Amino acid sequence: MSGALFAEQLLNGLQFGVMLFVMAAGLTLVFGVMGLINLAHGSLYMLGAFACAAVAAATGSFVLGLAASLAAAAIAGVLVETLIIRHLYARDHLDQVIATFALILVFTEGTRWAFGSFPLYLNLPDALSGSVSLPGGITYPLFRLLIIGVGLAIAAGLFLLVNRTRLGMRIRAGESDREMIAALGVDIGRLYTIVFALGAALAGLAGALVGSVQAVQIGMGEPVLILAFVVIVVGGIGSITGAFVGAILVGVTDTLGRFLLPQAFGLIMDASSATSVGSALASMLIYVLMALVLVFRPTGLFGKPA
Amino acid sequence: MRRETLITLTLLALLLGAAVYGHRGNEPFIITLAAKAAIFAIAGAGLNLALGYGGLVSFGHAAFFGIGGYAAGIIASAARNYEPVMTWPIEIAGSTSMPVIWIVAIIAAMIIAIPIGIFSLRTGGVYFIMITLAFAQMLYYFAVSWPAYGGEDGLSFYVRNSVFGLNMMDPWTYFTVCFGVLAVVLALMAVLVRSRFGLALEMARQNAQRLTASGIRPFNVRLTAFVISAMITGLAGALYADLNRFVSPAMLSWHTSGEIMVFVILGGVARLGGPVAGACLYLLLEQTLDGVTDYWQVLLGIVLLLVVLFARGGLVGLLAGRRAAHD
Repeated sequence: MSGALFAEQLLNGLQFGVMLFVMAAGLTLVFGVMGLINLAHGSLYMLGAFACAAVAAATGSFVLGLAASLAAAAIAGVLVETLIIRHLYARDHLDQVIATFALILVFTEGTRWAFGSFPLYLNLPDALSGSVSLPGGITYPLFRLLIIGVGLAIAAGLFLLVNRTRLGMRIRAGESDREMIAALGVDIGRLYTIVFALGAALAGLAGALVGSVQAVQIGMGEPVLILAFVVIVVGGIGSITGAFVGAILVGVTDTLGRFLLPQAFGLIMDASSATSVGSALASMLIYVLMALVLVFRPTGLFGKPA
Repeated sequence: MRRETLITLTLLALLLGAAVYGHRGNEPFIITLAAKAAIFAIAGAGLNLALGYGGLVSFGHAAFFGIGGYAAGIIASAARNYEPVMTWPIEIAGSTSMPVIWIVAIIAAMIIAIPIGIFSLRTGGVYFIMITLAFAQMLYYFAVSWPAYGGEDGLSFYVRNSVFGLNMMDPWTYFTVCFGVLAVVLALMAVLVRSRFGLALEMARQNAQRLTASGIRPFNVRLTAFVISAMITGLAGALYADLNRFVSPAMLSWHTSGEIMVFVILGGVARLGGPVAGACLYLLLEQTLDGVTDYWQVLLGIVLLLVVLFARGGLVGLLAGRRAAHD
């Protein structure tokens, strides 16, 4: 195992982590401000990816595709929030789970109806599809590096938005006391719609970016959604910092686990069983991480004590 | 007789009636559908104990459903291939006897549910939902990537297992067995909910502090409820594997967890007959909507949304009148 290969896997883990963060940020904001658990967040991710694929195929411009992913997911977010989600804030989590589960069915089958069951592939523009040489003799795909950059920029932007702007102030106020800021004259309904649409747009962008390196397909949102849940459980629900730390931890643990565990088992058993045991255990690693965090901090690394 | 008991018995009679109709008219499809409804109702009844009576919104019951299924599949296929299930530390032979398989499925679900329950119950509310979901996903990915029992392709066994030497490949016989198990499970639930334990569970949901003050630890009561709930769902999983003569990781997927939850919600949360009503309604919806369009799940989603938004309390709630079902 060479150092360059390890560094490449570390970068892959980082790339996975920042995309998980972009996904989890919306979930954690929506939960923190509105107290809503939104299973349909993964559908918005899928919607963004399909919007990007469709627009990029129609116009030939990848950048327009990305813009479309943001717009489509944000519009879908506003529609879903005003038509359905709004009626669920006062309900218990069970009703929210079932209603958003129903939304997943509608989105998934609706997308299948519109685009068919076959995966779509996005062609990256030539300017973005090459590899770059990094110091230390590592060659790494430019686009993945770009994803890391975009993810970090979004993290910084969200941090500034929440901590330095008037909207962010309202979001934080909404997290600590909903009734009070409504009484102070903030239009709480509009704030909710904005937060939901912001989360949706981020999910859509994440879908488009990940869809460009993997494939755009039906049901792509659910595995990521569940990972995003693990992220916010690890990080602490409602905390943007927690979501960031949790996402990087989960992304790096998962990627390195898949890379290192089969090799580690290869030292004590033959190659084929090492691969199967190693990869089976690697797929469980992040859940073990989650369980460990819960043993020591039941409300997550950055969560407020209950 | 209480109105709810009457409704439960009526629902069971309707399910039995549908199967008898299929048996008389020689329509095995209807009988098999009724058997499926009975199995789903058992799974839902299991979840209902945790979710309805205990207020523990578990989004990971597919784990137990799948574990029950895999227990059945592994034991049965070992017996068919004349191989032991395991040789270390003790040799365990395969079996095609249903009661043996049921017991193993129930115990396997229990063994998995205890650690999941201990970890998940350290938290509450929305954390509990996400963590149970995550643990179920962990088992799902393990089943997908572990090659010994078919991995992603699942595990087939060609003949249904047997009980009392009956021919289980006959749909009517299989239905009566499933229906019998359902009746026993519902009777057990009725007793359990009225027992001292059931009352403690009710209090743990409504006011944990008061329960603590009366000298009972809410954690113990909740864990017990969670584990019993998992065991019942595991039993349903074993029956379901036998129905299809096939198990696959799909039984463990989050979608299955959602479906089991939907049975409970459609029928009525914390209602004895709720899961029966919900499972029947779900299968009826699936059959009718499937005839309307290939994309019937869109319509199912819309129906579900309408139920959540406008018909809280589910079908049994509509029939039996409103009562604080869950809060």
